[in-house]
Amino acid sequence: MDVADTAIMEIIDVTKIYPGVKALKNVSFAIQKGEIHAVVGENGAGKSTLMKILSGIETQTSGKIRMNGELRVFHDVKQGIELGINLISQELNIVPELSVYENIFIGSELNTKGFLKRKEMIESSKILLKRLGAPIDVHTQANRLSVAEQQQVEIARALRYEGKVLIMDEPTASLSETETENLFDVIRKLKDQGMTTIFISHRLPEVMQIADAVTVLRDGAYIGTMYGDQIDEQKIVKWMVGRELSDYYHHKVVTDLSNEEYFKVVNVGDGKKVRDVSFFAKKGELLCLAGLVGSGRTEFCNLVFGVAPRISGNVFLNGSEIVPDPSLAIKSGVGYVPEDRKSQGLFLELSCSMNITTNIIDSDRISRHGIVNLGKIKEISEQSVKEHKIHTPNIQRQVIFLSGGNQQKVLLARWLETKPSLLILDEPTRGIDVGAKSEIYELMGELVSNGVTVLMISSDLPEIIGMAQRILVMREGQIVTELVDKKDFSQEKIMAYASGIIPPDYMYKG
Amino acid sequence: MTETTNNNQIKIKTPILHQLGILPVLVGLILIFWILEPKFGSFNNMMNIFRATSINIVIATGMTVILLTGGIDLSVGSIVALTGVVALKVSLTPYAGFAIPVALLVGVLIGTINGMLVAYVKLPPFIASLGAMTYLRGFAFILAGGVSVINSDLNFAWIGNDYLGPIPYLTIIALLLVIIFSFVLKKTVFGMRIYTVGGNPQAARYTGIKVPLILLSAYIISGVCSAIAGVMISSRLYSANGLLGEGYELDAIASAIIGGTSFTGGKGTVIGTLFGALIIGILNNGLTIMGVSYFWQQVVRGIVIILAVILDIIRNRIQSK
Repeated sequence: MDVADTAIMEIIDVTKIYPGVKALKNVSFAIQKGEIHAVVGENGAGKSTLMKILSGIETQTSGKIRMNGELRVFHDVKQGIELGINLISQELNIVPELSVYENIFIGSELNTKGFLKRKEMIESSKILLKRLGAPIDVHTQANRLSVAEQQQVEIARALRYEGKVLIMDEPTASLSETETENLFDVIRKLKDQGMTTIFISHRLPEVMQIADAVTVLRDGAYIGTMYGDQIDEQKIVKWMVGRELSDYYHHKVVTDLSNEEYFKVVNVGDGKKVRDVSFFAKKGELLCLAGLVGSGRTEFCNLVFGVAPRISGNVFLNGSEIVPDPSLAIKSGVGYVPEDRKSQGLFLELSCSMNITTNIIDSDRISRHGIVNLGKIKEISEQSVKEHKIHTPNIQRQVIFLSGGNQQKVLLARWLETKPSLLILDEPTRGIDVGAKSEIYELMGELVSNGVTVLMISSDLPEIIGMAQRILVMREGQIVTELVDKKDFSQEKIMAYASGIIPPDYMYKG
Repeated sequence: MTETTNNNQIKIKTPILHQLGILPVLVGLILIFWILEPKFGSFNNMMNIFRATSINIVIATGMTVILLTGGIDLSVGSIVALTGVVALKVSLTPYAGFAIPVALLVGVLIGTINGMLVAYVKLPPFIASLGAMTYLRGFAFILAGGVSVINSDLNFAWIGNDYLGPIPYLTIIALLLVIIFSFVLKKTVFGMRIYTVGGNPQAARYTGIKVPLILLSAYIISGVCSAIAGVMISSRLYSANGLLGEGYELDAIASAIIGGTSFTGGKGTVIGTLFGALIIGILNNGLTIMGVSYFWQQVVRGIVIILAVILDIIRNRIQSK
């Protein structure tokens, strides 16, 4: 009885079957009025499917959804929106060429007989953004906004109908630490105004920070919900993976590093976002580069690899200089897994085998005089798929059909085939599930124990602390400190340097 | 040792429907026309179709390479005109023997300019080649002096009019190019690069591929293919003028698209394009033999292009399941 009284949404025995896959299996739980409810689970656990059903984009195969005690059958999104349910999906629905207020009223433009009432839209947009505490000018063109601001525009859009439920699919995936904080402030503010928020996240510390309730899904099934004080990170992980994961990070490390400066960077800069970066790494070392989003970490790696023009500085690997040109950098033993695997890394429409072998098709392992041996491509990629446990029905499968974790493994496999001496990994585990993460950590351990130097960039501080042998922190294009001692590895300390609370104390000049 | 112990390896299996591509449609069309009009199936008529299609096949082969990189070349028809006029002009000089090499060289030059604009100046391919389409036709008219350049004693007339056994040289050239580019795209490093650049140019850059160089090469290939077509057509006609090859770009694009080449790059084959070109050729020939008016032929051709792409979308949906 009491559930029906306070629950805004009840999910009752919901099952969703796609051709060949059971995405949700008899899921039942309730979402209380005014709570911040996190839904967590590995990729493929059915979170996004559930969110789509709750918002009316998809219809369940069987089962019921009750809203405020009444049975609801959604046939389209519009119905959901009119009931006050709004979905903000991972890929933001923003039209870059339109202004902020036009974006807020997309699909429900205020009008009289088809003629737009711009003034009213501008006024209501201002009010909506004010409610969020978002200082955005409503006339700004949307493509000038940061991802975080675009997200706020979407939230404002959700509020225009006096929305009651806000559903967000991985809202923090592409936000920086501060932006995430801002978003959480907005969510709390909305909570005070009576809004119920349901959100998906892969970042458990965030979930711990903001959620009133956490529901765990695994393989399409409901595992359980925790409330308030009972929410426990270790338990969530255990529920998600179905086994205890007392420590994600038990990868191999090389303890007896030689003192040689195997990989050395001297005064590298691009005259804009990277200024005089100097550091070294030893052979087989696992070095991590921390810093806020926009601190120049990715830009720095682009300079090493030569995809962006280097204005100053030199880079040496094993005594010889790395010329800033991608094809030459690869030849001198550099591997680079870029930040955005879909746009910078993978050829989504091409097969697994093409993706895995693309870096080595001009080597004599596969081709002679420019003519490719297709048998070799097959052999090498089949071997690689097996070795790295890439789940794909066959090597001809287009990578667009693989899960995020497996896509990332394909990308890693591509670079491992080049047998690099230095592997740069930019956010290697972003947006992938716990299982695939620990496999990637293990792989990194394998690499360093084979003498490969690994330079990892990550915004996930527990990951940096768990993986690194040594940490460099970047801020505004410069390295501000070096943390060598394991006991100095703490999120607070890294954040203090990254945000400038502790002044720079980095001495190394090459 | 004949047994293989390792049977749990992942097997490669692509649905048969996908492997055949547009071929069933081609075979179906031939059968339909043959049943409706027995004359259609004669050896002579088949050779007619092949010869009439050969020029489009040559242009469409180059176009396919460009479409695979995610680009487009609207200037092919104008290249045909200019190189045709060039070949004829040279054939009227004492250096007639250089007619073909000079025409091909002009093709390389135009391809280089188009490619440079796309790869280095970063003009959208549509714009770069639209400009080229217009100014090249202008040059063709200027060079021809606004009239047809005629040479009734053309030194390379054999290309357009002679046979090797029962097969016209035109057809042989077309098939040869299809075979060469099939091989290049399937079996060479360069060919794979074309697919990767078209599939995701940014990712290609991050794997050390020199993307501009690949793009440039693609436009040069298209320029040369069109120049070959220019030589072929002017040799067949013993003449050339500024109007030559008008609208050929659309036939070439249509052939590639019907053959399953994607407009966004990274997907398609030259064999598919060959089938696409033959479908267009067969429609033209079959409908003409049956006495269907030219106007209705246009209607049918347009519908076929759209149906072919719909078929491709359906095939992809089936595959993705």
